[in-house]
Amino acid sequence: MKFGVVRFPGSCDDVDALQAAARVDDAVLLWHGDRDLQGVDAVVIPGGFSYGDYLRAGAIARFAPVMEEVTEFAHEGGLVLGICNGFQVLCEAHLLPGALLPNTSLRFIFRQVALEVVDADTPYTRACEPGQRLSIPVKHTTGRYFSPEPVRVVLRYAPGQNPNGSQDDIAGVSNDAGNVFGLMPHPEHAVDALTGSTDGLQIFDSIRAHVADRLPV
Amino acid sequence: MSPTASPSKHRALGLTDHEYELILERLDREPNDVELAMLSLMWSEHCAYKHSRRLLRRLPTQGPHVLLGPGENAGAVDVGAGFAVAFKVESHNHPSAVEPFQGAATGVGGILRDVFAVGARPIAVLDSLRFGDPTRSDRSRYLLDRAVAGIGHYGNSIGVPTVGGEIYFEQSYEQNCLINAMCLGLAPRERLIRSAAVGPGNVLVLLGALTGRDGIGGASVLASAELGEGDEAKRPSVQIGDPFSEKKLLECCLELLDRGLLASLQDLGAAGLTSSASEMASKGGVGIDIDVHRVPLREPGMEPFEIMISESQERMLCVVEPERVGALIGVCERWEVLAEPIGSVTESRRMRVLKRGTVVADLPVEVLVDDCPLYDLDPIQPAIQIYQPPDRLLTGDESPAETLMALLGSPNLASRRPVFEQYDPVVGSRTVRRPEEADAAVLALQDGSAIAVAIDGNGRRVACDPRTGAAEAVYECAANVACVGAEPLGLTNCLNFGNPEKPHVAWQLTEAVEGLAEACRALGIPVVGGNVSLYNEAPTGPIFPTPVVGIVGKLPDARRAGRLGFLHEGDAIGLVGPFEPSFVGSELAKLRGEPPRGKLPFKDEQAVRDAHTAVREAVRAGALHSAHDIAEGGLAVALAECCVAGSVGARVNAPVEVFGESPGCGFVVSGPEEAVVGIGTVIGRVGGPALEISDVLAVAVSELAAVHRDGLVKFA
Repeated sequence: MKFGVVRFPGSCDDVDALQAAARVDDAVLLWHGDRDLQGVDAVVIPGGFSYGDYLRAGAIARFAPVMEEVTEFAHEGGLVLGICNGFQVLCEAHLLPGALLPNTSLRFIFRQVALEVVDADTPYTRACEPGQRLSIPVKHTTGRYFSPEPVRVVLRYAPGQNPNGSQDDIAGVSNDAGNVFGLMPHPEHAVDALTGSTDGLQIFDSIRAHVADRLPV
Repeated sequence: MSPTASPSKHRALGLTDHEYELILERLDREPNDVELAMLSLMWSEHCAYKHSRRLLRRLPTQGPHVLLGPGENAGAVDVGAGFAVAFKVESHNHPSAVEPFQGAATGVGGILRDVFAVGARPIAVLDSLRFGDPTRSDRSRYLLDRAVAGIGHYGNSIGVPTVGGEIYFEQSYEQNCLINAMCLGLAPRERLIRSAAVGPGNVLVLLGALTGRDGIGGASVLASAELGEGDEAKRPSVQIGDPFSEKKLLECCLELLDRGLLASLQDLGAAGLTSSASEMASKGGVGIDIDVHRVPLREPGMEPFEIMISESQERMLCVVEPERVGALIGVCERWEVLAEPIGSVTESRRMRVLKRGTVVADLPVEVLVDDCPLYDLDPIQPAIQIYQPPDRLLTGDESPAETLMALLGSPNLASRRPVFEQYDPVVGSRTVRRPEEADAAVLALQDGSAIAVAIDGNGRRVACDPRTGAAEAVYECAANVACVGAEPLGLTNCLNFGNPEKPHVAWQLTEAVEGLAEACRALGIPVVGGNVSLYNEAPTGPIFPTPVVGIVGKLPDARRAGRLGFLHEGDAIGLVGPFEPSFVGSELAKLRGEPPRGKLPFKDEQAVRDAHTAVREAVRAGALHSAHDIAEGGLAVALAECCVAGSVGARVNAPVEVFGESPGCGFVVSGPEEAVVGIGTVIGRVGGPALEISDVLAVAVSELAAVHRDGLVKFA
C-alpha cells in the first residue's frame, strides 16, 4: 500500500510522519498546491503549524488545493488520518465533528501521555485491544477537544492524563463511517524504542492491515 | 550624495569623538547621514567586537574535526559518515529585557538563521537563561514566563526541537536578564557553504520577509550600551518574529543549496543589510552595490539609511550567478518566499548604496569591516565586594536532611519540567535523550551513531573567581557530555559581561577568557565560534560575569547513550574523578546569604580529563547503568537527582562533604560492581525507598521527588 503525507507551508511533523509510515509500507509526500493524491491508499495530514496557524489553527490549510482532493477522497471512503494540526485541519474542513480549543493552561504542552483505546473496531485501531494503553506524546497549544454533539470516540486520555482539558478526556475521534480519524497525540513520535515508545506503530499497522484486507490479493 | 552629517550626530549614534576622527581620516571627507548610520553600526561593540576581539584570539580554535571555525555564521565539526554538525550560541539579552516574548523569540530565530546560513538543517535548540530572584521579583517571574513562551513560540512553530538548557536565578540579573540560545544543525559535508561573496558580476538576491522599520538600530541602541531608566521607550527597537516566514525561508534555502544554485549565503541579523553585505564583501575581497529602491518594503517612504540598517527578521542574502537567477526565483515561488535581486558583486572593494541609480553611500568595505579601532582592556581586580549578598534563607543550624530539601526545592536546582514542557523536544524524530533523562541531550544520526550536546555556565562561581569559574563551565559541560558517552568535538561560547570599559569588568572578562582557553586546551576541545554580549549592566551594577559554554560531542552507538537515573536495585554506586569540593560559590553558600567570594578549588587538569575519559568509555561500553556529574548542591544533590530520576533509593557512605561543589570534576555512576570498581570508588548501593547517607541524612525518595518537582512550579 502507499501512504501520502500532505505537506503544507508550516508543516513540521511531515517528514516524521513520512518516516513512520515508511516503517510499515510505501509513503510519499503530497504537495499542498497539487490537486493530485498520486493514487495513495491513505492520506495523513501531519502535525505542525500550517500557514503559521494564523487566524486559527488549521483554518487556512483547509482551503489549500490538495484539500479538495482529500475531501473527495474522504467522501468516497478513503482513509484520512489527521495528527495534531492535521486533526485541527480536518475539523475545520468538517470532515470530523467538533473543534479544538486552546488548552485550559493557555500554554503549549509537551508530555508523554497514556491513552486508552476506546474503539478498536476502526481502520486505525484494529491492531489494538479495547481498553489497551498506548504511550504516545502530545505537543500542542490548541488541543482541547469540544463537540456539542455525541461523537465516535476512538482514543481517550487515561484517567488523570488529560493534558489540555478536553471534553470527556477525548484524545481522538472518527467520523461515523470510521474512515476519517483525528487525534491530538503524535503516533509518528512513538515508532522507535530508541526515541521513546513503539506504541504509535499500531496506528500505522492498523491502516496497513485494513488496506490489505480491502485490496484484491 | 546625501547631505553631510552634522558634527554631533556621531555621538548620538554611539561613536566616540576619536572614532569619528578616525573615520574622517580614513574617508578624507565627512560621511553623509547614510554612511554615518552604517558606520556607527559596523563600529558598534555588537558588530566590531572592539573590546573583546584581541582577547578572543587566546582561545584555541584548531582541532582534527573542525570544518568551519570562528568568523563564519556558525562553526562546524565533522561527525563522520559524510556529515557535519554546525552550531553556535548567541545572546539576545537586551531585547529580551525590554520585551521578553519577542526578544527571546527572535533570539531563537536569529540563531536558527546562523545555522542554516552555512547550509545545515537546524536539528536542536538549547537555551541558557538568567533572571533575578523569582521569590521577590514580579519582574523576574514576568520575564521568565514571557521569555520561555517566546522561545517555545518560535522553536515549536518552526519545527526544531528544544532539547536542553539551563536556568539560574540571581539578584544580579534582576534588571538585565540573559537569554542565550544555541542551535545545532546537520548537513552533508558538501552542502556547507561560506558567506564570502564571490564573482564580480554575480547577482545579490535578498530572500524572505519585507523590510520594515522594526529593529532600527537594535544592535547599537540596545546591545552596545547599558540598560537604564525608560527602556520601555526602546521597544520599537525590538524586532518582531514570524516563525512561519522563517520555516518557509529555511526549507527554501536548503532546497536552493541542494540544487547548487547559490554561490554564497548569509543571514541578516544585527545591522541588517549593512552588516550582511559588507561582511560578505569583506570575506570575498570584493565590492557590493545595493540599490535600496529594489528592496521590497513593508511600509512606504522608508529612507535609504532605514532600509540599510533595518533589522526586520526572516531575511537572507545570497550571491547567485546571473544565469541561475531564474531557477532560484522558481524555487522561491514554490516556497512562497520573496526573492528580489537588489544588487551585484563588484571588483571595487567598495560598499555602494544606490537609490534608483543615484549613489547615496560609497564606503570602502575595509573601513566598514576592518578599520574600527580595537581597544585593549584596562583590567583591575576589584578590591571590594561588587555584588550584594543574597537573602539568607538558611542559618546553618538546619539538619543535613533539611538542607538537602531546601537545595532540591530551590529555584536554581528544582526540576525544570514546568519550563521544558512548554517546548517540543521530539520533532525531527532524532531525540534519544529528552530533558531530565540524561546530563546531555542525545540526537541519533542515520548511521546508528549519535551526537550529544549540553550547555553550561555558573555566573556566581565566575563572580567568585573568574578564571577558575570559567574553566569550570568547560569542565562541567564536558562532564555532561561524557555522562552520555560522547567525546567532545567542538565548543561554542557566549560571553555575557558588564561594561568592559570599567576596570573590574575588564578584569572579569580577561580572567574568564584565560580560564576558558586553559580548560579548552586541557581537554583538547577547539572553540569553533561564539558571541560576546557586553554592557549587561543596570544602574545597580553589572551582572555576574557569565560565560556560557555549549559543547557538541559524538558517541558511536545511540543505543548506549547514558542515563542519569539509578536503574537496578543492588547496583554499586561509584564516585569517579578528582572530586575535592568546597563551599566557595556553592548553592548552599548562596542559601546561607553569602556573597560570591573566595578561591574556587584547584583542578588537576589531567586528572579531570582522565575521569571524563573513564566515564565516557564505560558508558560507551554499556558497562554502567547510570552516570551523572556532580554539580550544584554537591554529592547529596547529585545522589538525590539519581534517585528521583530512577524512582529508587540508595544507601551511601559519603567520603566528602556532601554539599560542597567542584563542578566538572566528579561523577556519580552506578552499575555492576566490577564496572564501577574499574573507574572509581564504590560508595554505596542502589536500593530501598530512601536516600540514606550514613551518619548524615535519610529522606524518602517520594519526599525528594515532591520537593524537586514543585520548586519551580510556583514561579513558572
